[in-house]
This record gives sequence, structure tokens and C-alpha cells, in this order.
Amino acid sequence: MFGDYSLGDLGSIFVMQGFAGLILFSVYVLMALGLAIIFGQMGVINMAHGEFMILGAYVTWMTSSFFQSYLPSLFSGYFFLAMILAFVASGALGMLVEWVLIRHLYKRPLDTLLATWGLSLILQQAYRSVFGAREVGVELPQWMLGSLHVTDSIEVPINGVFVMCLTVLITVGVAYVMYKSRWGRQVRAVVQNRIMAGAVGINTEKVDRYTFGLGCGIAGVAGSAFTMIGSTGPTSGQLYIVDTFLVVVFGGAASLLGTIASAFSISQTQSTLEFFMSGSMAKVLTLLAVVGILMLRPQGLFALKVRK
Amino acid sequence: MSDEANKGLLSPLRRKLLMGMAAVPAITMLPRASFAQAPATSAVNTTGLAVTDTEVTVGILHSATGTMAISETGSIEAEKLAIEQINAMGGVLGRKIKFIQEDGASDWPTFAEKAKKLLVNDKVAAIMGCWTSASRKAVLPVMEQYNGMLYYPTFYEGLEQSKNVIYTGQEATQQILAGLNWIAKEKGAKSFFFIGSDYIWPRTSNKIARKHVENVLKGKVVGEEYYPLGNTQFNSVINKIKLTKPDVIFTDVVGGSNVAFYKQLKAAGIDLSKQALLTISVTEDEIDGIGGENIAGAYACMKYFQSLDNPNNKTFVPAFKKMWGEKTVIGDVTQAAYLGPWLWKLTVEKAGSFDIDKIAAASPGIEFKGAPEGYVRIHENHHLWSKTRVGRAKLDGQFELIYETADLVEPDPFPKGYQ
Repeated sequence: MFGDYSLGDLGSIFVMQGFAGLILFSVYVLMALGLAIIFGQMGVINMAHGEFMILGAYVTWMTSSFFQSYLPSLFSGYFFLAMILAFVASGALGMLVEWVLIRHLYKRPLDTLLATWGLSLILQQAYRSVFGAREVGVELPQWMLGSLHVTDSIEVPINGVFVMCLTVLITVGVAYVMYKSRWGRQVRAVVQNRIMAGAVGINTEKVDRYTFGLGCGIAGVAGSAFTMIGSTGPTSGQLYIVDTFLVVVFGGAASLLGTIASAFSISQTQSTLEFFMSGSMAKVLTLLAVVGILMLRPQGLFALKVRK
Repeated sequence: MSDEANKGLLSPLRRKLLMGMAAVPAITMLPRASFAQAPATSAVNTTGLAVTDTEVTVGILHSATGTMAISETGSIEAEKLAIEQINAMGGVLGRKIKFIQEDGASDWPTFAEKAKKLLVNDKVAAIMGCWTSASRKAVLPVMEQYNGMLYYPTFYEGLEQSKNVIYTGQEATQQILAGLNWIAKEKGAKSFFFIGSDYIWPRTSNKIARKHVENVLKGKVVGEEYYPLGNTQFNSVINKIKLTKPDVIFTDVVGGSNVAFYKQLKAAGIDLSKQALLTISVTEDEIDGIGGENIAGAYACMKYFQSLDNPNNKTFVPAFKKMWGEKTVIGDVTQAAYLGPWLWKLTVEKAGSFDIDKIAAASPGIEFKGAPEGYVRIHENHHLWSKTRVGRAKLDGQFELIYETADLVEPDPFPKGYQ
């Protein structure tokens, strides 16, 4: 298939393709981070993860409409405020959900699957009733559209760069909170031994609530960022949920590094395969590879070492 | 029974007199409406449908919940508007239309179940409904088994024809061929890149488009790609498009993927005012989600645009907005859904009956001169003769009409040489 093209053409396409893979990688990491915290650290199978993302997207949409109507002069910067609001809104909803629903189910992790699936249906219908069944279009400031012109044939999408930077920032932030801060230590203590953690004076209920809230809040930021590349509608969250779980499970629950490694390998495999064959086929092969590896290594790529 | 009992008590003459007297106040009390012209129920309804002296019941069967609610909401709105307008004009054969709305919930078995409920329990005289081909395929056996009548609004892949369905949208050849001819002539296009969602409609449409490009236009298809429904990452295929440099990108990507595709196309620096793109899956409804700035310049090929400049459309659009809000947009399928109740009304009046068999037989040749798209006529094969149009997307989310076929295009659900 490359016979007809000049070396220059091919070179720039490979650069662009590498970049496409990196963007996909950042998207995967961003959408999986929140779930990695909730599923990995707390063992809650949160099927409503996508809906928390979409809440972030709707918050972004509302912020953008507000700025357009009332503060058009500040429109170019609204996105940063929107992401903060998305974090707050999704995080708050997450904490509420934890208090009403999830905390009663910590001893029954499989039931969280059903409960959160029901929650996702409720949220979808709520979005539909509030925002209407049709998709909404989030208008972006001019500087976030289009691409950076590197050479005649290499153009780098600005929204891709934006997502990449955001992903790096949030990942570093989460890693710091989880592994360096006092609160992160408490979270890990609760995960490893809830009773002991309680006995040494950690308020486990509070830790649970904030952890769940943090995971949901990050989902909200991801949803906000994805308004740049995807759709915003009541059921858009469903588009992400399968890939998200795939990344988290493949990486090995309870491991931030695993999530990153798994997002990297899945995204690179997929985007390389997509270039050489059709999108559907690439997806099939990627899934097959993941299933194969999980059969050999059921605990995922990286897992906590546990003495058996 | 009562006649028997009365026989001994009243002489025939006296009985007649009494009956007449009893009838006088009843007649004067009637509203001026059309009992005189309304034929007796027993004459227009011989098969036990839900038709009374004053009312006739039809069903509306779309997804008001689930993934497809995004698309089907417009159809529900259009059908309700048409029913309201028909009622305001006196109804059908002197009877007001009452509708029962069922929710298919974006789930195909549910569609079949609800269709059965509408036909068997509610005895509806017609069903306006379905959107995806999958839902229509699920409902079709039910319609045929219980002998119902379905008015199906979506443009679809063809390869189907049933006595029990009227297809008010375009089938694939009607929609695609004229658009391809136009772009080949206008832009001198020789090479095409196809990209679609991975299910029956895009695959069949692209198959037809490929045959046409290769055999009729003598052009070349430089790529044909499919992505799973709901896919949100198109960067790889966009790179392939950049590498193959096609004259035309021909797309039938649907749903949320659409939004992702156009946003990423724009982000990758593909300028739709320079790169020709012809879509058969984006209507005004979809642009709401995509955003006008992301798709401005693209060409869409279908039979209706909200911006059409004709007298019918100029009354239709304000009426729709008055009922459903100033911000609502009207896409191709919404307009086709609006045709359903009207075509049914005209057919019932021609047949002089609500009976399904008589309607099916009377359908071919029915003309609707008040269609927002202009003029339509039902073909022998239960599809519509209609014009095909090419529009160009503008920043405000509307299409500007660029080209329309001079004549109505004949529907051809089983196209020879294209399968």
C-alpha cells in the first residue's frame, strides 16, 4: 500500500500516526483514572462512570452558554472554569451517591455492579428530562479549534495537545495525592485493611466518601475535556464505559502504573492496527489480544504483590 | 331484541312516529360537524379496528428513551403535529384521530412487543413508527402477521418491500446516486474515500455507492472504512484520508460518532471548504450536536432541508416551531415522519375505508401536494417518488440548497446492477 507515496509523505504520516496514538493514549488514561481510583482502590464496580463524565460535559455546555450570553468578552477562557465546575459538580454528586447508595454495599462488591448500573439508567433519564433527548453542541473558543501547522503535511490537532497536557497534569496530581500525601496514605490503609485502619483512628467512612468523590470528580473533568472531541448527549457516557473498564482491568486493579501501561499498550495497538486495516477489525484484534493476555495473567499487567 | 319486545305494544305507524320524534332533538343537538358526510362505522371498518363514529385510533411507536431518543424525538414531534393539523381540518372520514404512544426504548424486541400490543390490544388503524432498520426488521413480521399498516420515516438501505409498510423516507439509490452524479460533475471528482459506521445501512449504501462510482462514474474508491457504532476516535482514519488525498470524502457515520468525526476532522486541519465531503447521514438534527462551526462547508445529500424555499415548507416550519419551540430544528427524517399521517389520511379517504387491505391497495398513486419537501407520490412498491437534493452546511447549522434533481426520482428498493 505504500508503493505510490513519496518518502516525505510517508515520514509525515508516521509522525501524525504516532501522534494519533499518543492522543488516544491520553484519552484512555483520562477516562480510566477516575475509575481506577474507584474500582482499583475501593473495589466498587462503578457502571455509572460514563454518566459522571457526561455530567461534566453538560456542566461545560452550561458554562459555555452562560459565557456566551452574559460574558462574551471572557469566552476564550471559559473552558478552565468549566473544568473546575465539572470537577465540583461530578465530585459532589459522587459523594452524595456514596452516602445514599454505595456505603451500604462495601461488603457486597458484586452488588455495586447492579446498583450503579441502575444509577446510570436513572442519570441518563434525568439528563434526558432536564436537557432534552437531543445532543447539545458545546461551542469552543476559537483558539482551541483547528491545528498547529508544523510542516505542509504535519498538522497537530490543538485539542489533542490540550488533552495530553491535561492528562499529564491530572495523572501527576493523582499520583502525588495517592502516594505522597497523608490523605493518600489513609486511603491505601483503608484499602488494605479497613478494620485495622479504623482501629488506628482513621475515619474510614470519610476516607471512602472523599475517595469516591475524587474519582467521580476526575470523571467529570474528563467528560468536560471530551466535549472537544466527542458528543454530549444523555447516553454519550455509554460510549466510554467499555473502553474504560478494559483499560482498568487490563492494567490490573489497584495500580495506577498498571492503568497507564495498559492505556499505552491498548491505544498503540489499536491506532497502529487501525492504520493498516479497518476500524472494526482493529478493535476485534485488540480485544482478542487483551483477552488472550488476561487468560495468561488474570490479575492484569501490574498487580499488588500479595503473599498467598 | 327490543324490536321483538315492542311489537305487541306499538302499531308500526306509531312506532315510526315515535322514532322520528325521538331523533329530532338528537340531530339538532349535534355540532355542525360532519355526521352527514361521515360514513357509518360499519361501512368503513369491517375488520374490527379501533374506529368509532367520532374517533379513530392510531399508534406512534418510537424510542422516547435510550440511545435512539436523540434521533427519534423529532419524528414523534412531527407526527403529533400532523395529527393535530389533520384534526383541526375535521379529521379522517369525519373522525378525529386519537393516538396511543408507545416507547420502543431503543430496544428491538421491545419494538416488536409494543407493535403487537398496538395491533392486538388497541386495534390501531395505523402505526407511525420505527427509525433504525433494526427496529423495522423486528416489527415487520408483526405487521405482516396481524395485518397492520406501518408508516416508516427514515431513509434506509432498501432491499425491502411489504404490503404492510409505507416507506416515507428515501431508499438508498434514491438518496445516493443523484448526489454522487452531482459531485462528480460539479467538482470533477474521480477518487472517493468511504467511511461509515459498521452496520447494515452504511455497508449497503456504500456498496451501492461503490458500484456507481466504479461502473457509472468511472472513478476510483481509494478507501472504505468502517468503525463500530459509538466509536469516538477517528485520528487514524483521518491520517489515511490525508495520505490518500481523495477528491471526495463520502460518509455515513451515525450517532455520537458523527460528532467525534467532524470535530476531529476539523482539529486535524482538514478544511471542508477546500476538501469536498458528501454525507448522507447528517441532518439539521445532527448538526445541533456537531456544532455548525465544525461542519460548515460539507455537502449533505437527502430530500429535505429546513431551509427549503417553497410555500408548503414556509407554513410547515413556523407551525413546527410554534408547537415544539423556537430552537427546534427539522431534519430530513422529521419531515418524512410528518408525511406519514397525511399520506394515511389521503389513502383512507381514497379507499373510503380504514380496512388495512383496502389501504394497502389504494396506496399506490396517492399524491400529497402539501408536503414540506414539495410534492410526493406513493409508488407501486410503497416507497415515495421524491426529489433528491444537495445542501451545503452553514455556520448557523442550516443547509443552503445547492442542487436538486429536475424530476422526482423513482424509488428502486431492489436496484439491478447494484447488489
